[in-house]
Amino acid sequence: MPEQTIELKRTPLYAAHLEAGAKLVPFAGWEMPIQYRGIREEHLAVRNDVGVFDVSHMGQVVISGQQAQECLQHLVSNDVRRMPEGGAQYSLLCNEHGGVVDDLFLYRLAERRFLIVTNAGNHPGDLAWMHAHGEQFDVEISDCQASFAMLAVQGPRARALVQGLADGKLPPRLHCCERSVAGVPLLVCGTGYTGEDGVELLCDPDQAEPLWAALVEAGAQPVGLGARDTLRLEACFHLYGNDLDERHDPISAGLGWACAEQTGFIGADAISEVRVSGPELKLVPFSIDGPGIARQGNPIVGGGIVTSGSYSPSLERGIGLAYVSAACAVPGVGLQIDVRGTIREAVVETKPLYGKDQ
Amino acid sequence: MADSHYPDDLKYHSEHDWARIEGDEATFGITWYAQDTLGEVVFFTPPTVGAALTKDDQYTEVESVKAVSDVVAPLSGEVIAVNDTLSDNPQAINEDPYGEGWLVRVRLSDPSEVDSLMDAAAYVATLS
Repeated sequence: MPEQTIELKRTPLYAAHLEAGAKLVPFAGWEMPIQYRGIREEHLAVRNDVGVFDVSHMGQVVISGQQAQECLQHLVSNDVRRMPEGGAQYSLLCNEHGGVVDDLFLYRLAERRFLIVTNAGNHPGDLAWMHAHGEQFDVEISDCQASFAMLAVQGPRARALVQGLADGKLPPRLHCCERSVAGVPLLVCGTGYTGEDGVELLCDPDQAEPLWAALVEAGAQPVGLGARDTLRLEACFHLYGNDLDERHDPISAGLGWACAEQTGFIGADAISEVRVSGPELKLVPFSIDGPGIARQGNPIVGGGIVTSGSYSPSLERGIGLAYVSAACAVPGVGLQIDVRGTIREAVVETKPLYGKDQ
Repeated sequence: MADSHYPDDLKYHSEHDWARIEGDEATFGITWYAQDTLGEVVFFTPPTVGAALTKDDQYTEVESVKAVSDVVAPLSGEVIAVNDTLSDNPQAINEDPYGEGWLVRVRLSDPSEVDSLMDAAAYVATLS
């Protein structure tokens, strides 16, 4: 089918990306930098130093009101009550069958006010879902995507770099607070998608350019979506659309820790059944010793499929995530992956594939 | 990586391969555009010496961090040498696509096929 010609959206940093020599590609309806100087170099900058990502394509929803907590307890999988004011929590939006509609980060801005960060491609669907299933509560559900630019600063030196530009102490991991960074008022969140320490910054789109410039000036290397993918894959973080979708439940995906079925969220009963009976398939990390890189869609001999596959710049080998039978989902078990007609020998690994203890 | 360049002494195939013709032999590689589109090459699995290549058919793969790409033979012939140094240093394909990053050397079975290839100017015109 010919690709439809659609108007791609641009983040407020579009000009800055061109200036920095970015290669721009269509991604989830946005024109985004896939790389600047090269995926490997950018990847290693985040692992060893500090990088800055424009993730302004991600969506934001604010749910506020008297029953904000009750509403979210119904909508998302994790136990919202465990999140204090100024806390952050990973959670899933599931359908009645336990299929995953999206994976999200929630930030509790106040007792009855939550910020939800959605995946770009899912944002409109998430909003419609939240309206359809959340409006029985006394809440206001607001689309805030146009109100925020979002920058992620990640790497072992990320915190120190941002701290040096901030007007107050940064929040610890899985917390958030309002600060001014490089003179720009924003929300600082101790979260990320790289397996490194760091923060995510949400600011007014009009302030994104001076903020970006200050971070780069202070030594953060611009990093594109290419390295964002290799970094998250080494850390074994799921990518919605690859490793998560409505056909897979959180238990099979290894996200049972983000599901508190006792709260009665949408899909809790179906997920509880899978948890009790045990999933037929499990998502596992794997690596390939030798040449060859498995890619999304490559079948596994005897059953199973690769949902994410790439080259690991840190481990210098092919790595990935695959759904395999529960019997094979044991670290050390060998997998044979059909990579474009060539059988590659892979091994089931433990999470994360790359960690600081290595 | 250097800026884009397309040497005048090479012949070009529309699938972004180059051939350096020397009598009835030729060296093949991928163009600056091809390596730039792929990004950092991490694996190159060479064909075996003696393999028969057919013009316009795939004869090997070049794999980068983000994608795998078929490499098409610009001309027909028999492989008489492969660039073994690429197994340890595949990034030579990015750094020096027309020199250290050459892929194979071939004895041409039909040198008249060269007439179907483009010169640098014609190839560059296809890129815009």
